[in-house]
Amino acid sequence: MEDAKQLEAFEAKIAAGQKIEPKDWMPEAYRKQLIRMMSQHAHSEIVGMLPEGNWITRAPSLRRKAILLAKVQDEAGHGLYLYSATETLGIDRSELLSQLHTGKAKYSSIFNYPTLTWADIGAIGWLVDGAAIMNQTALARGSYGPYCRAMIRICKEESFHNRQGYEIMMHLAQGTPEQKALAQDALNRWWWPSIMMLGPSDDQSPNSDQLMRWKVKMESNDAIRQRFIDRTIPQADFIGLTIPDKDMKLDAATGHYEHGPINWEEFFEVIKGNGPCNAKRLKARVDADKNGAWVREAAMAYAAKQTKDKLVA
Amino acid sequence: MSNDSQWPVWEVFVQANPGISHKHVGNVHAPDAEMAIQNARDVYTRRSEGISIWVVPANAIAASSPEDQGAFFEPSNDKPYRHPTFYKIPEGVKYL
Repeated sequence: MEDAKQLEAFEAKIAAGQKIEPKDWMPEAYRKQLIRMMSQHAHSEIVGMLPEGNWITRAPSLRRKAILLAKVQDEAGHGLYLYSATETLGIDRSELLSQLHTGKAKYSSIFNYPTLTWADIGAIGWLVDGAAIMNQTALARGSYGPYCRAMIRICKEESFHNRQGYEIMMHLAQGTPEQKALAQDALNRWWWPSIMMLGPSDDQSPNSDQLMRWKVKMESNDAIRQRFIDRTIPQADFIGLTIPDKDMKLDAATGHYEHGPINWEEFFEVIKGNGPCNAKRLKARVDADKNGAWVREAAMAYAAKQTKDKLVA
Repeated sequence: MSNDSQWPVWEVFVQANPGISHKHVGNVHAPDAEMAIQNARDVYTRRSEGISIWVVPANAIAASSPEDQGAFFEPSNDKPYRHPTFYKIPEGVKYL
């Protein structure tokens, strides 16, 4: 059978560490899974602009404001790289956006939490972008060429996001007792959602051998979570903030931190749409799309008119 | 409206420094060439990655097909004499 032969060649290519490119033959399940993952990733980037955009007008200094603007602009760019990479799989952006707006497609659970104080902007850059980098550096080693290239670009830019967030937390932690309390409060609220955003634990989310073999998924959720925790705890210690997990302890034998039980019920509730801000986030996206429709139409009409004028002249 | 497209796709090529080729970096959606160039600047050169941008309507690009890769490029595979290393030059002969 032709398919079996093609599948064999496809798997051999991946096993040899080669990338799959858009016009190459690929199994339908591979294409579907990538569209699901990559579009979810793209949606997360643009929905992720909302909680941070909330603080642009209230950033505490011009320096912080310029930085936050640049960061939010980067997130828009990341969304665009990812939509563009997803389109190479034969689906167009209007379809992807309509899946987001109708609730058919998901985005990261983390963006359904509110940004209550300025310190939350620090916590997001430090923790949320930090966790995202762990996930994305793994994905950059995957098998689909356009996705890997987008990941590499994104990881380079995320490093700035991560550091500016830590810097915000550091300054607050070294400030007045009130400022330090603000930083601690943000850490308390963002810690658990940040480690949950890396996905359900391995026993609840068995990675199929197939996805691993096809290098769609590179590492298990728990492995990525462990690395994130191991790297982040010393960073918290350094600025004198406390991770809100009483059970957290270093296992001297393995060198890894062991965390307390994660409230997966909360995670699944947020995924289902019952987080604190799900409805608000989706409404903001749908409104932006609807209110921008006339701009897209006008720009197309203008472009058509220019072409016509050129033909007449 | 049914024609609420996300605008046509333009492939983007960026020249990083003077004297080197433009290189494909990705694509953007835009209604016309002018906005495609502006969008490409915002999406692909936010950190001084380029000094010049080309945009090309994606549907204007024709490409060789991966299935034919072997046969298509085969003619060059059996001509090692096109490479300078094919020729054995005695030691001591200079500037060759």
